[in-house]
Parts: sequence; structure tokens; C-alpha cells
Amino acid sequence: MTDFLTDWGLTLVTFAPLLGALIMMTVPAGKTHTHRLVALFASLAALVVGALLLVDFNYGDAGILQYVVDRSWIDVINSRYILGIDGISLPLLALTLVVVPLCVVYSWDHIPHPGNPKAFLSLILILETGMIGTFVAQDLILFFVFFEVVLLPMFFMIGVWGGENRRYASIKFFLFTLFGSALMLLSFLALYFLSSDPITGDPLRTFDMRVLSDVAGAGILGVTQVWIFAGMFIGFGVKVPMFPFHTWLPDAHTEAPTVGSVILAAVLLKLGTYGFVRIAVPMLPEGAEVWMPWIGLLAVIGIIYGALGCLAQTDMKRLIAFSSVAHMGFVMLGVATLTDFGVNAAIFGMVAHGIITGMLFFLAGSVKERYHTLEIKRLGGLLVQAPRMGWLLGFVSMASLGLPGLAGFWGEFPAILSAYSPADGLPVGVFRVYMVVAAVGTVLAAGYLLWLLQRTAMGSPKPEFADNDEIVDVTPTEWIAWLPLLIGIVLFGVMPGLIFRVTDPAVLTVLTEFLG
Amino acid sequence: MSPTVHIAGSLLAAAAESVGGSGPISVDDAGWFLNNAWLIPLLPTVSFATILLLGKRLPGKGAICGIIAVAGSLLLSCGAGVNWITHRDSVGSHDGVPAVHRSLEWLRSGGVDHDVGILLDGLSVMMLFVVSFISLLVHVYSTDYVSGDSRYTHFFAFLSLFTAAMLFFVVSDNLLQMIVGWELVGVCSFVLIGHWWEHRVNSNAALKAFLTNRVGDVGLLIGMTVLFFAAGNTFDTLTITKRIAAGEVGRTAVLVAAVCLTVAVMSKSGQFVLHTWLPDAMAGPTPVSALIHAATMVVAGIFMIARLYPVFWTGMSIEGSSINLLAVVGSVTLLFGGFLAFTQDDIKKVLAYSTVSQLGYMVMALGVGAWTAAIFHLFTHAFFKACLFLGSGSVSHAVHSFNMKTDMGGLRKHMPHTHRTFVMATIALMGLPPLAGFWSKDEILVGTGGWGLFGGTQANGAYTSMLVMGMIGAAVTAAYMIRVVYLTFYGEYRGHGRPHESGLRILLPLYVLAFFAVVAGFLNLPKGFQWLPESWHERFGHYVEPVAAYFPHIGHAKPSWSLALVSTVIALAGAGVSWHYYFRRVRHRSAVERMSLTELPDGPVSRGVVPRAVHTLLVNKYYFDHLYTGVIVRIVKGPLARLAYWFNQRVIDGVVDGTGRKSVVAGRVLYRYFDQGLLDNLIVDGSGRTSDSAGENLRRMQTGKVQQYAAVLFAVSAVIAGVFIMVLAW
Repeated sequence: MTDFLTDWGLTLVTFAPLLGALIMMTVPAGKTHTHRLVALFASLAALVVGALLLVDFNYGDAGILQYVVDRSWIDVINSRYILGIDGISLPLLALTLVVVPLCVVYSWDHIPHPGNPKAFLSLILILETGMIGTFVAQDLILFFVFFEVVLLPMFFMIGVWGGENRRYASIKFFLFTLFGSALMLLSFLALYFLSSDPITGDPLRTFDMRVLSDVAGAGILGVTQVWIFAGMFIGFGVKVPMFPFHTWLPDAHTEAPTVGSVILAAVLLKLGTYGFVRIAVPMLPEGAEVWMPWIGLLAVIGIIYGALGCLAQTDMKRLIAFSSVAHMGFVMLGVATLTDFGVNAAIFGMVAHGIITGMLFFLAGSVKERYHTLEIKRLGGLLVQAPRMGWLLGFVSMASLGLPGLAGFWGEFPAILSAYSPADGLPVGVFRVYMVVAAVGTVLAAGYLLWLLQRTAMGSPKPEFADNDEIVDVTPTEWIAWLPLLIGIVLFGVMPGLIFRVTDPAVLTVLTEFLG
Repeated sequence: MSPTVHIAGSLLAAAAESVGGSGPISVDDAGWFLNNAWLIPLLPTVSFATILLLGKRLPGKGAICGIIAVAGSLLLSCGAGVNWITHRDSVGSHDGVPAVHRSLEWLRSGGVDHDVGILLDGLSVMMLFVVSFISLLVHVYSTDYVSGDSRYTHFFAFLSLFTAAMLFFVVSDNLLQMIVGWELVGVCSFVLIGHWWEHRVNSNAALKAFLTNRVGDVGLLIGMTVLFFAAGNTFDTLTITKRIAAGEVGRTAVLVAAVCLTVAVMSKSGQFVLHTWLPDAMAGPTPVSALIHAATMVVAGIFMIARLYPVFWTGMSIEGSSINLLAVVGSVTLLFGGFLAFTQDDIKKVLAYSTVSQLGYMVMALGVGAWTAAIFHLFTHAFFKACLFLGSGSVSHAVHSFNMKTDMGGLRKHMPHTHRTFVMATIALMGLPPLAGFWSKDEILVGTGGWGLFGGTQANGAYTSMLVMGMIGAAVTAAYMIRVVYLTFYGEYRGHGRPHESGLRILLPLYVLAFFAVVAGFLNLPKGFQWLPESWHERFGHYVEPVAAYFPHIGHAKPSWSLALVSTVIALAGAGVSWHYYFRRVRHRSAVERMSLTELPDGPVSRGVVPRAVHTLLVNKYYFDHLYTGVIVRIVKGPLARLAYWFNQRVIDGVVDGTGRKSVVAGRVLYRYFDQGLLDNLIVDGSGRTSDSAGENLRRMQTGKVQQYAAVLFAVSAVIAGVFIMVLAW
């Protein structure tokens, strides 16, 4: 069993959802129920295999890749089918595996207009394969393929099931990301051509991420590293998204169907930050050192700017979308410090943001379903009409503003803390300024979230909704879809060690070049 | 005597009294109750979870559950107290008294473990008692006070959570845990202030409280960060304080940390200039005001300074000085907070400003090095201020209002028990002997070291200006409390209906608290009473003040009869002026005009420009609210946020959309020349109407615009790639 898991586990996890999507292709569109069941089973199958992997994972050696599969794939460019997970991939893999089935459950009775569960659910499954693949791939070309696989399903999800302005939003999303990916691919190619063996000096001609991380940019001039890093910076930075490449995000989120927003916030954004931690930083340490002060700058601009953007919003969903810009700013600030504390915080922040903001989007979706609007001015008194939902909104807002004891805090405070003392070679004074700015950002975060809470949940319902029978409290389907996330928020908040313990050894490995 | 001699004397006294260098700073076993003190916060946590899950199905709708849990915590705290006294007496003072410290791994980062645990010494054991004791009384009181409320169960759930968070904060053994507790009590405060969130006023007050505290938290987060790195990458409180006390940490870092943490204290403990949220917080139910906004949560800041005292002692150079930030913040607050109490008509707001002022005394005491005095004042204040708040709740229960001028007066006849306990607590607050407030306030004044007559007091420095402000503050306190007592209990009743005395569940806590307000001061009798056996002297200080390497060598001021006498006379003078005004002149005029007056119609305010200006300034609370809410918040929420969003939509997106549009145009031109026949149709199609039909939409996008955009995109990429390759080749 263990052998089977070692050899096939990751492949199974990655492709089980895709298999489910293929099965759904063969079932006629009218059999709605079958489609739901297949989608649920496929995503649950991935979850079960993933759980087995998690149980079997050697946590003592979380710093090294496990379940490694290494098979020949495209020999002509020496690209191989390499999969493997370590302490950095593991939490993100787990996040994806949990979020997708919850989205399928939520879609049970919430298929957005214009319907067609077959197409909708199979897109979710394809998306899942792409996301999982990105987190487990250990070959740059393979990584790139999975990274791009994600693009189309999300594009269609926004473009077909989205809101009024869906075409603009979906195209913007698609182009922005594609633009970034093109540059990212160029950087990968540059790595392939320029990397050389540090001892013999022979060109490596490999896409193997393990090897490229080990040689850490050997043979590539510092100035060239800076350029290659620039390509990756745009590729990953668009996905994060970092200021000023973030404008696709509010549009995409506002227009996307609920489940699309949830997946987008919970997992898709993490592909960018994951790319920084997994690829850009270890493979181009000299480039990273030059870029990080600038990335830190953009991160703290994002924190303040995102928060101000939130304060200006009149639409609940758009507000939550903007808050992602601010939150991902904290994640990138953690990465920019190049310290173990900072990068650990960043990974924790990714998971926490995934759970919390995913949950916020679920709530926004359910509010929209009841009120048929998300305009903050027209809402109010949710606590009166749907008390449990109102309390959940309050609870998740608290988590989102980084309340200690809940998950959000552990991505935020350690990131601020690490900026006080960034890695050697980074300008200390500059980062301390970032620290103060980021800390001020926490005040603004509390401001926009509690203001949102006050305007939507507190007070009395507006007359137009006062006697509306449609406004019911949380339904059983919603409870099933939300409970795991809510438990996660509390569990990781109370026991942050659950994640830090896993990520820490792997982060130390990634940062070998910077920790001396 | 000159200050230098004072200091030399105090150094000698310190050397003789607290030698805490040689022994260990902590042990992990000192009796069952201390070893298992983690149970104390756990019990209310369990209660919170139980009430949350089972809610109204519980007996007493959840109230019983909370009361049992908190009573359990109180018992365990008392057990811990007994254990601590035994422990304290069993070790020789030459080796120091090690704290009890037990911990386990919480998280691991950078290969270093960070623990969660319990740290118990006199300070935390005392706080455990105060918090669980007041909380229990407030629980009992609330079963009557909020009965019939639509969110009764919910109220008790959050009382439990608050108690748990506060106890968790008190026992914390590291900075991280402290931050967690600090914020959790803040969120409970938010929820309970906004308990009646249907009304905008209440939710505004809740938001204001939380956001103001967040501003202070910026200081907290940065201060804790600085300490973490300054003390060598550790959150452990004992390690940090010990290293700083031993002078192993750079002075600048400690100063920065101390200043940042002072900002945190300013918000949490309602110090100027971040005090504005506390009076507004009175929008919450009265038991909450008593527990959270008077007796426990707001003293979290005081507790934090006391817990991390070497940071402030060293950072602010408290010893041998005559002024520092902490002392200034405290003394300004105690005086200017006290002034504000004069113009409030809402009885709870008067008490709130009084709390601000008394917290100012504590901060000032810590600032001048009178550690034990500050903590002792925290202890006595918890009883008499909780008594006053609960008393005001009892009054409002009867008259259905908090407005002293329109709805109270003459309640002495209707509510004799409330009146009796309220007056006892008032005298304690005024600092008249021999009630509790006298002893603790006197110790603070002595501790300033600013008293030079009859041999002086030989404290840690010569904080004469703080002494003066503290004395004026005593007169102010006495004066505004006489006003409250007159307006509430004397004169004729001005409200509606027939007020009645409250029930047993309200009166019992009042009497218990009044009893403590009378006697708590005897726990720390100064050494001046030579005819008493020595084991009666300074018991509180003996058991509460740490004697170990994690605490600085502070000097202990000598009690001074002359100072005690003068401060009492000053307090009496303040009370006398106020008494004369209300009990003589206002009462007399009321009799003449046959109506229940609250002020003299031709009083001082109406007579001159200056008094009127002062009155206007006080009524507007020094215009802080106008500045914060009217200017700062409005600018951030309005123009600034809109500017950022405008930038986003017009500038950044303008560039994006512009690029997109130009590319399309360029593409069209290109196609028209090179590939007209084939692609023209598609462009027309693609830019056509939006259709709701999904399938059609999908097909159209697949074949239309996307390809177009993608083509443009790859063209752009190709150009960049060219640049790229050139650079690489070069």
C-alpha cells in the first residue's frame, strides 16, 4: 500500500478530478444528479488519496521532497514528468483538496444562471487538476502546463456564469494572466539555457526544479538573474496579484459566480505566491536580493492601497475582492524579507487567506442569493433576518482583519515582525519603514471590515426587504460547505503549529542561500 | 534634601530589600493550584463553547453554566493564591522568589520553538483573583439586570469568553500569547458594547472602541517585535525581562519598545490622547461597563507595563529622573480626564471619565517607579469602581435612564441599599481615610518622591510635578463624585413613576463590593504604623511584588504622615467646595424656587467669558472627537479612499483598457490589410451584441475576441522576448 502510494499517490491526486470530468463528458447533460454525484466523488476521491498522503507523509523530513515520481516525458527538451511534495506544497495541496469538494457541495443547489451543471462542474474539476498539478509539479515545463490549465476553466466560468459585465472581466483576467505567463515562460527558458553545473561549469539544460534550486542560479550573472527574475516577477506578480497588476482581480471577483470567486480567492491567487517561494527565490537568489526591496515596496503599497480601495466600495463582493489585494500584500511582504519567519508567515498567510476569504465569498454569494443585490446601501439588519449568517459574517470578518486566536493573525503578525529584521543584504531601514506601514494597514483592515459589518449586518433591515420570505438563515447545504472552513479558521488560529511545523523545514531549505 | 540624596537613599534601600540575582527565575512546581493554573482560563472557555452550542436549552438559559465556570475559576484562583503565599514564605528572600513557569510548544519557525504556557507570580495570581471575583459578581448581577433581554444567552456566552480571554492574558508567559489575549478581550469588548446593535449609536460606539484600540495595537505589534529581536529572538517574557533588567539589551531598542508599548497602553487603558472610546463604550450594558470598562479589561495596559516592567524602567530611565513619557501620560490623563467628569449628565459617563482619571493614576505610578502602589491601586479600584458602576446600573434599573439631571434625584429615600453602597464606594474613590482608595492613592503620591517636607519619601526619583497633579486630581475626584451623589440621591426626584429598590441578585454584589471598598486598603498598610505587628505591614506588596532577576531593583518610598495629611485635606477641600455648592446652595435655591434644581441658574458658568469658554471646551471633550471622527476618519473614508479608487479605475485601468483598445485597433488595421476576407466577419461577430445563451457565448469567445487579444499579446511578448534575448546574449 505504501509503495503504491509512493509511486502513484501524487499522480492519482492530480488526475482524479480530470478523470471525473472525462466521465462527465460521456453522461448526457440532462442527468443533473449524476453529474453532481460524479463531481463530488471525483473531488472526494482526490481528497481521500490526498488524506492518505498526508497521513503517510514523513513530517520529520518535511524539508525534502517526498513521493517523488520521475519519468521521462518530453525528451527532446529534456523535460520530465517529475512530481513531489514537501512542507511548502503540502498545506496548499491540502487547501485545494478541501476547498474544491466544498465548492461542489455548495453548487448542489446553487448553480448560477444560466445553469448547465454538467459544464459548470466539469470546469471545476479541470480547474482542480490544474491547481493540484501546479503545487506538485517539480519540472518547470510541467509546472507551466498546469499553471496554464487553470486559466481556461476560470475564464469560461467568469465569462459564462458571471454577472452583467462578465465579458469584460473574463477577457481582462485572461489577458492579464496570459501576458504574465508569456514572460514567465521566457524566464524558464532562460534558466534552461543559462544554468550550469557549479563545479564543472557545463551547461545543465534541464527543467528539473530540484536541480535548478540546488545550483541556485550558478553560472548566471547577477545582472542576468535580475532580468530573468523580472520575467518571473511579472508572471507570478500578476497572479498574486501585486499592485499595480491587480486590476483584473476586482473585476474578475465581482463578475465571477460564487464558487468561481471562492476558488479564485482560496487557491488561484496562491499559485503566484507559491511560484515566488518555490521557483523565483531559490533558483535566482541574486536576482531575488535585488528585487525584494521593490517587491516589499509594492507589497506595502498594496496593503494600504487595497484597504483604501475597500473603503471606497459600495458593493460587498467588490469590497472583499479588494481586501485580497491588501491581504496578499502581507503575504508578499513576508516573502520579500527572505527570512524563515517571513516566508513561513507567507505560507501560513496563503492558507489562512484561502480559508477566510473563500468563506467571505461564500457568504457574499449567499447574501446575493437572498437579497438579489450586494449593494451595501440597500443591505442592513442581516443579524435580524438571518442571525446565524450575520454572526458568521462577523466571525469571518474578525478572522479576516487578523484577530489573534483565529487563522488570519498568523499570516499577518509574523510577516510584520519579520520585516523588522530582513535577510542579510536587504536594506534594514527600508524594511522597518515597511513594517510600520504594514502595521498601519491592520488598522485600515479593521476599519473596512467592521464598517462593512455595521452597514450590512447591524441595524434594522431596509423596508424593501423587511418582509421578504426569501431571506432565510443558513441552509443545511451551506452548513456542510462552510463548516470545514470555519473549523479550519479556529483550529489553525489556536494551533498555528499545525502549519508552521510542516512549512518550517522546507522553508529553511528554500532559503539556504540567504541564511548563510 | 536634594534629589541626589533621595536617589542614593533609594538605591541603598533597594539594595537592602530586593536582592534577586542569585536564585533561579522560575520553577515548574510550587503546589497543585499553581502548576495547573491553565485550568483557570480553560473553565470559562468550555463554558463559552457550551453556551454557544447548546444555548437556550441550558438550565438558566446559559447563565448557570457561566456562573459555575467562573466560580470554579475563582476557587482555583484562590487555591493558587494560597499556594503562592506558601511558596513566597518558603524561599529565602536572598535568593529571590522564582515564578512558576510551565509551557509547551505552540509553533515553530526558523527552527526555533515558540511556546504557550503559564507564568505565575504574585502579580498574575492577584490578577486572577480580581478578574474571576469581579466576573462572578457581575455574572450574578446580570441574571437580574439583563433578564428579559432578547439576547440573554448570547450575553452570557460573551461574558464567559471575555473572562476566559482576560484570564488567558493574565497567565501568559510570552509576548505572543499576551497579544492574543489582549486582542481577544478587545473583541469581546466590541461585541458587548454593541450588544444592542439595532441602534446606530451603539454600533458606532463598538466600532470606535475597536478601531481606537487597533490604532494602539500598531504600537503593541511594533513594540513586541522590537522586544523580540532585541532580546535575542525570543517571545519568552521571563527571558526578555531578565535580560533587560541585567542590562544585556541595547538601550535604544528598549526605549523604542517602551514608547511603542506606551501607545498600546494609551488605547487599551484609556489614556490621553486615545481615551475617547472609553466614555462611548458606556453604550454597552452596565454589567459590561463594570467588568470590562472599569475593573478588568482596561487595566490590561497597566498589567502589561507591570509584567514587562524592566522594559519601561530601563527604557524610560525611570530611576533618578523627574519626568518621563509614562509619568506625563498618566498625570495628564488623571487631571484632564477628571475635569471632563464635571460636565457629564450621564452617570455612567461621569464614572467612565473617572475611570480614565484613575487609570491615569496607575500609569503615572508606574511611570514614577511606584510599582506596588500602581498595582495596589488597580486592586482597590477594581472593587470600588465596579461597585459604583453596578450601583449606577441599579439606579437606572429603577428609573430607566442614566441621565442624572432629568431622571434622578432624591433616590436616597427610594433605594436605601443602593445609596448606602454607592456612598461607601464614593468615599473610597475620593481617597478619604480609612477606606481603600486612600491607602492606594496615598502610596502613589508617596511614590512620586516629590514630597520634600519632613524628611521626604525617598522614592526612585523626584517627580514633583506628578505629585502636584496627583494632588489636584484628588480634589477634582472628590468634587465630581459629590456632584454625582447629590444629583442622583439627594434633592427631589425629577423622573417619572415610582422608583423601587433592586432585588437581591443586584444588591448582594453591591454589598460585597462595598465591603471590599472599605477594607481592601488594609491589605497594604504602610510601615508608618509602628504599633502594629510587622506581619501586618505591606502584605500586598510583600506577596505581589516580584523579587527576582526578572524584575528591576526598584526603591520603596518611605511613608509620610505629613503627605497623607496634606493629600487628605486637599481631597476634603475639593469635596467641601462641591458639597457647599450642591448640598448648600443648590439645595437651598431648590427650596426657594420649589423645584428640584441641578445647577444654580446664575452659577459661575453664566458669569464670565473664561468660565464659559472652559465649560464649552469640556462639553466638547477638548474637541478630540471632532478631530478623530470629524476630520481624520472622514478624510480616510471619504476623499482619500475615493482618490485611491479613482486612481485605480481611471489611471491604472485607464492604461490597461487603453492598451487593450489600441491593440484591437492596431489588430484591425493589420487584419484589414493582410487578411481582410477571412477575419473581418469574426471581428464584426466578436464585437457584436452580448447574448445570454451560454453555448453561443462560449463559442463566440473561443473563436472571437480572445484569439484577437491573444495574437496581440503574443506580439507584445515577442517584442519583449527580443529585448530579453538581446540582453541575455549581451
